[in-house]
Amino acid sequence: MKVKYFAWVRERVGKAEETIEPPATVRTVEELIAWLSGQSEAYAYAFEKPKVIRAAIDHAHVKSDAMIAGAREIAFFPPMTGG
Amino acid sequence: MTFPVTTCPVTIRIQQDDFDIAREIAVLTGSRTDIGAVVSFSGICRGDEDSAKIAALSLEHYPGMAEEEIRRHADEATSRWPLNGVTVIHRVGRFMPGQNIVLVLTASQHRQAAFQAAEFLMDYLKTNAPFWKKEESATGTGWVEAQTRDDEAAARWTRP
Repeated sequence: MKVKYFAWVRERVGKAEETIEPPATVRTVEELIAWLSGQSEAYAYAFEKPKVIRAAIDHAHVKSDAMIAGAREIAFFPPMTGG
Repeated sequence: MTFPVTTCPVTIRIQQDDFDIAREIAVLTGSRTDIGAVVSFSGICRGDEDSAKIAALSLEHYPGMAEEEIRRHADEATSRWPLNGVTVIHRVGRFMPGQNIVLVLTASQHRQAAFQAAEFLMDYLKTNAPFWKKEESATGTGWVEAQTRDDEAAARWTRP
């Protein structure tokens, strides 16, 4: 699946997007954040406060317990500050 | 040319270029005579934040989702209020104090619906549309933090 990062999450991860293949045991957004955090210092830093991170699956906001199965694109970003 | 009351064109644009408010209102109303009220909200880059001077503001967005999210809220606005037209233009890029950032236009037969829908759209744009602001000031550069008051403003539109 494709993963995108925005704003300071993107800066901390060090990339705007990538394709990942998490193990089948990673089922929810929350579990994906935990799995990514274990990949490197950069991810651990980006997701150090997981409750602050917002997520979207296929362009729609989701909560942290949302299932990721079948997702084409998952995005992680800080609370929004547009307008 | 007259339109039925239910005609409500929705225009959503995300662009780097500036917008011309008078021109956008003219495009929205055209030659229609069923519109009795147009509310226009412009968001402008401020020159200071909590008494600290801002040199510039950069806006990043999530292409694709930003348009879809704004459209979802525009559709909700048209289902909640009798609107005759909605225009939302959000700029991205780097802005200096005084420059336009966002435009919301709502048209209706009467002012109440237009005022309320414009406020609803702005409250949701602030909290739910995937845009992020970065501020440049004399002390450095930093991402703008989301404000609790914006979440509270959006929450008042939640229906049971």
